[in-house]
Amino acid sequence: MNAVPEAQSADPTSALDLLGRQLLFVTGKGGTGKSTIAAAIGELAASLGKRTLMVEVDAKGNLTDFFEHPRVGYDPVEIRPGLWSMTMNTEDSLREYLQIFLKMGMMSRIGPLSSIFEFVANAAPGVKEILTVGKIAYEATLTEGVDFKWDLIVVDAAPTGRIVGQLDAPAAINELFEVGMVRTQTDWMREVLADPNRTALLIVATPEEMPVSETIELYHATEALDVRLAGVVVNRVLPELFTTAEEDTFDRLGDADAVEAAESVVGAPLEPVLEAARLAVTLRRTRVEHIRRLRSEVPLPMMYVPYLFTRSHGKRATRLVADALAAEMGL
Amino acid sequence: MSRTRRRDDTSVHTSFEHLLASKEMVIFCGSGGVGKTSAAAAAAAVAAARLGGSVLVLTVDPARRLATALGLEGIGNVAREVPTEKFREAGVEPRGRMFAAMLDTKRSWDDLVHRYAPDEETAYKILENPLYHNITGRFINAHEYIAMERLYELHRSGEYDLIVIDTPPTRNAIDFLEAPERMADFFGGWFLRVLTLPYKVGGKRGVRALDFAARPFYRMADRLLGGDFMRRLGEFFLNFQSMQEGFVTRAREVEKLLHDRRTTFCVVSTLESAPLAEAEFFCTKLEELDFDLGALVLNRALPDFLHDPAAAAVAQRLDDVANAGETAKRLDALDPVAFGDEARTAGILRTIADNFENFAVVAKREAEMQAELSTGNADVIARVPQFEVDIADLGGLLRIGDHLFG
Repeated sequence: MNAVPEAQSADPTSALDLLGRQLLFVTGKGGTGKSTIAAAIGELAASLGKRTLMVEVDAKGNLTDFFEHPRVGYDPVEIRPGLWSMTMNTEDSLREYLQIFLKMGMMSRIGPLSSIFEFVANAAPGVKEILTVGKIAYEATLTEGVDFKWDLIVVDAAPTGRIVGQLDAPAAINELFEVGMVRTQTDWMREVLADPNRTALLIVATPEEMPVSETIELYHATEALDVRLAGVVVNRVLPELFTTAEEDTFDRLGDADAVEAAESVVGAPLEPVLEAARLAVTLRRTRVEHIRRLRSEVPLPMMYVPYLFTRSHGKRATRLVADALAAEMGL
Repeated sequence: MSRTRRRDDTSVHTSFEHLLASKEMVIFCGSGGVGKTSAAAAAAAVAAARLGGSVLVLTVDPARRLATALGLEGIGNVAREVPTEKFREAGVEPRGRMFAAMLDTKRSWDDLVHRYAPDEETAYKILENPLYHNITGRFINAHEYIAMERLYELHRSGEYDLIVIDTPPTRNAIDFLEAPERMADFFGGWFLRVLTLPYKVGGKRGVRALDFAARPFYRMADRLLGGDFMRRLGEFFLNFQSMQEGFVTRAREVEKLLHDRRTTFCVVSTLESAPLAEAEFFCTKLEELDFDLGALVLNRALPDFLHDPAAAAVAQRLDDVANAGETAKRLDALDPVAFGDEARTAGILRTIADNFENFAVVAKREAEMQAELSTGNADVIARVPQFEVDIADLGGLLRIGDHLFG
């Protein structure tokens, strides 16, 4: 477990340092595998002996599926040794806030809180976001003895389109609320979020047009944000089948006489096998272009996670992704 | 909301083509990253090409190259015709005309305020309030509602035979289905009344109501949020409330249109577990809320040849070291220039065998998922294959469209 001073690390821009910070927000466009990567980071950190908390923010409630564990609620549940998971619920967060900071325990037990909350959360800008980010930042400050309660908090955060609004909430609230108790609470949150040695944002992308475009947009949008970017995980990268020279040989293999010669040994039909290779080569070529664009426009550390053919989901798939990340981090 | 079943035999569609031909509005939905935007644009393109008439696609956030292909760059809310030339370049002589528009959320909200504010001064006060942008951007699914609202407006214009709309990504797929209802509830609800009460000039009755109903709420809200903020919020909603009647009526009409028999939904998913789970949930929800589920599109499916058991057997034999070596030897005998290095050739052969087996595993998984899929009452299930290149022009959209039509 990290002692408090050791939460600091030397180089905040190094991707190798993903597990060195205390609070890691993971974002990405829908469909890129943002939750998979968040789960894999949780798995990796816990397997390395870090006391880790995973927070699912965009409550689909399925983050624990990656560990084949039943769904969990607002209270953290240990789903594998060293790894806790919780699902964000802004109403519970408000209740907890009222109890801890305002000593409004009595009041929060009164019935209409939920309907009042509905109003406040839906009408007043940033309230849901602040309750989310506030709870997470609060968990980051908790201590047990001389240590932080959590060595690492991994947040399966809002997707790229909404992450800025979420992380910017404390700053936005500062501007909007000139007085009031909410205002007085935002300073310590910003302190946690703005510390580059402690907190960072990780973007997950796949090598496709929209995920890459959104990553580039987000890279520029985060310039004004308190939270610094840790890097980009490029997920579902297809393997390279051939070198350029080998590709010529492969092309020749498609000619009728070569197919016939091969089929005399291994049987027919060879054509679908060749067609699958062509599909892989073209798909990869298209995707390499997107990776190139990403690299040229986003000067951040990149990590690559291969496309998993044999496992789609579940514990084993999560472990394989964790291994791929570990390899990229040189662990 | 009407819960009565309106389905009858005549509303069952046998093909995607029939569905598009008989409906006036098709709403594409599904989780993020499944190719919803392309599928919607493809449906519009193929409808314009083959069915004729004026077809509009209203898209929310298209990829840049797709936007360029549709002639949408930098235009908000204005429908532009996709030039017939573009169809001809793709080798198609279209029977009808295709239009494309992008949803400009802010502009659409401004238009609504102008339409329903009692006078220009009130409209101005609302639009100039610093809270306006924040609030229309966030509260009661403003984004989802406005998409449905634009659909209503465009349909009412009577200019199009078919409108295809791509829905914004939502936290929860059903948010936008309930958006009109919630919009109406909000304007008719007690919160807006309570909130605006202290700012209304009223008699004793009003003051008493405030004493009883609003005080504890205000005390707490003031403490949490600050009194000044509450005052600004109250003023804003007071102006906003002046639009209540227009808004409620309108939201009810939008809701009615979504349930109209001329409207259908098309759920898009890839054959992966998370998007499929969401698609199934969505299909169930559509049924529950009595919307018409017209089609389910399974996008980016791997090609059928990966299911060929004979090919799988070939790949398995080719993956064997001895077999690969023997094959390399035959190839060397056939063409020593190309296949002179037998070890290298054997390596390539095993690589492609391995690759086939990898893709076959995924294809098998996809097939199993499709088999297990509970698709509710979707009339049509369309499979669109994974294309090796990105779809970025009309030719590509028409290719997807061909697969939709089967």
